[in-house]
Amino acid sequence: MTSFNTATGPGRGTWISVATITLLAIAIAIANLGFPPDSALHVPDYAVALLGKFLCYAMLAVSLNLVWGYCGILSLGHSAFFALGGYAMGMYLMRQIGTRGVYGNPVLPDFMVFLNYKELPWFWYGFDQFWFAALMAMFVPGLLAFVFGWLAFRSRVSGVYLSIITQAMTYALLLAFFRNDMGFGGNNGLTDFKDILGFDIQTRETRAALFATSAIFLCLFLVITALVTRSRFGKLMIATRDAESRTRFLGYRPEKVKLFVWTLSAVMAGIAGALYVPQVGIINPGEFAPANSIEVVIWTAVGGRGTIIGPVIGAFLVNGGKSWFTGLFPEVWLFVLGALFVLTTLFLPKGVIGTLREGWIAKRGIRTSKHLEDGELALPKPQPQAAE
Amino acid sequence: MSNRVTSSMLYLDNVHVAFDGFKAINGLSMILEPGEMRAIIGPNGAGKTTMMDIITGKTAPDEGDVWFDGKHDLITYDESAIATMGIGRKFQKPTVFESHTLEDNLLLAMSGRRSIKTMLLDPGGKAEAQRMNEIFDTIRLGERRKDFAADLSHGQKQWLEIGMLLAQDPKLLLVDEPVAGMTDAETEETARLLREIARDHTVVVVEHDMDFIRDLDVKVTCLHEGAVLAEGQLDSVSADQRVIDVYLGR
Repeated sequence: MTSFNTATGPGRGTWISVATITLLAIAIAIANLGFPPDSALHVPDYAVALLGKFLCYAMLAVSLNLVWGYCGILSLGHSAFFALGGYAMGMYLMRQIGTRGVYGNPVLPDFMVFLNYKELPWFWYGFDQFWFAALMAMFVPGLLAFVFGWLAFRSRVSGVYLSIITQAMTYALLLAFFRNDMGFGGNNGLTDFKDILGFDIQTRETRAALFATSAIFLCLFLVITALVTRSRFGKLMIATRDAESRTRFLGYRPEKVKLFVWTLSAVMAGIAGALYVPQVGIINPGEFAPANSIEVVIWTAVGGRGTIIGPVIGAFLVNGGKSWFTGLFPEVWLFVLGALFVLTTLFLPKGVIGTLREGWIAKRGIRTSKHLEDGELALPKPQPQAAE
Repeated sequence: MSNRVTSSMLYLDNVHVAFDGFKAINGLSMILEPGEMRAIIGPNGAGKTTMMDIITGKTAPDEGDVWFDGKHDLITYDESAIATMGIGRKFQKPTVFESHTLEDNLLLAMSGRRSIKTMLLDPGGKAEAQRMNEIFDTIRLGERRKDFAADLSHGQKQWLEIGMLLAQDPKLLLVDEPVAGMTDAETEETARLLREIARDHTVVVVEHDMDFIRDLDVKVTCLHEGAVLAEGQLDSVSADQRVIDVYLGR
């Protein structure tokens, strides 16, 4: 047995997940567009919008999982990257409104006219072009993450201290974006969008297309996660998570490993935010709220961090539960969410998917033991434990 | 090579380190020739582990010179740079990557690729598979190569970590208490392993177990209060009255 291969590419589980998401997305899109509202197979528009939103949340959870699940960096500020990506898209959508705004100004968005802006601030230049906005939705979160990570990881800030400063980062952005003179619409944020790429954002077809795009990007993210984590670099990420200082004595620079993953993850979160905004129709500073970032951690923990599909399952389960609960008993939802996190931490530390996978491995282990009893495999000699 | 400062593999001269006034290393000087295996003994607190911390860049000395391979002033480098230069370390408490298989542990230790790009894109080659097999033969853990390191016994983890050292292919190996917590049979096996490694590497072994050191049959340095107390063959060192006093706590 001499063969081993490190860059094995995505495994079977990932391809099954990708295929399932694709099939479900196609089925939902067809059921929404292809069947009349009175048909039993019809999926209502609100459900498409809701699921599209969940897909973006799932993308955000997948991006968090890459840094937390595989590299041990517990970010409590990932919503900041998501919101920045969202703002980039929101700025494009604002510029598309043109003369259809309340004030009819062809260049300035309504809130700028209202706040007596005479001309467009420099940082709004270029956002009338979709490609530029799309680029910025990745570049701005990526740049912020790179600068933040370079400073933090180089100074060997880790663990709870790092979590706290990520939380402070998103809170600082929240306060900054609340200010009217930041030029991003202040408290109200950006809304009243009309078109995206020339298509009316309100139509069912555009919404279905956004939903499908989200599904495609989620699949792409899963494949990226699998490719990165199953490469030799991915093994190093896990080694960094479990024994960071040990990797230094092997000649690695864990701060570089973390910086790469952290920046990649922020770019992914930015894309998720950019797809989220046209589907919900608004972006405001509330998206930077520290509680949002903590919720992402809960989705990931519930689904199973350090597994490829876990965060997707977690995002759908928790957000599904949230939609259902806030409809029935809106006041108890936060308690349920808190209890969910406590119970997951206590009883399902590996999350739903992690626990299922462990159960499967344990079952396989029982089979192995049976083989051992039958004398089919050489039994390793029992060894004494260290007296430490 | 004209730019070499010394011909020795490791050269420590009058090294001092203090932690909050406690002098962990106090005027330590030691020379290790290429290809030599050296055993370091000494009571608890003698500065054995601190010495390794200094050599591997974990702790910076307050004063003194530390030279590696005659040309690298180790004080100016950090852990990763020193490891890449060719100094490998096995820790007192076995530190392997528990959630990885034995194969992956060796793979990560394997010298060569350290840049993010090659680690992301370049799959392992035949040469690495060959070397891995050789290492598994040396450390005798071949049947367990697909198991997780967490499932190994304490002694096996020590061997795996020695295997990781070999995979790193360093010029100098620092081995901290390799037989702590091992059975007699395991200790013997470890001595065999280290003698085999010492054939083509320079090795420093820190150990308390005198039988094990006798087994290794190499030059011994006894440390006490951060400096060298005695140096020579084990029999002459252990006959030294000062060494006896230190060990008996007088």
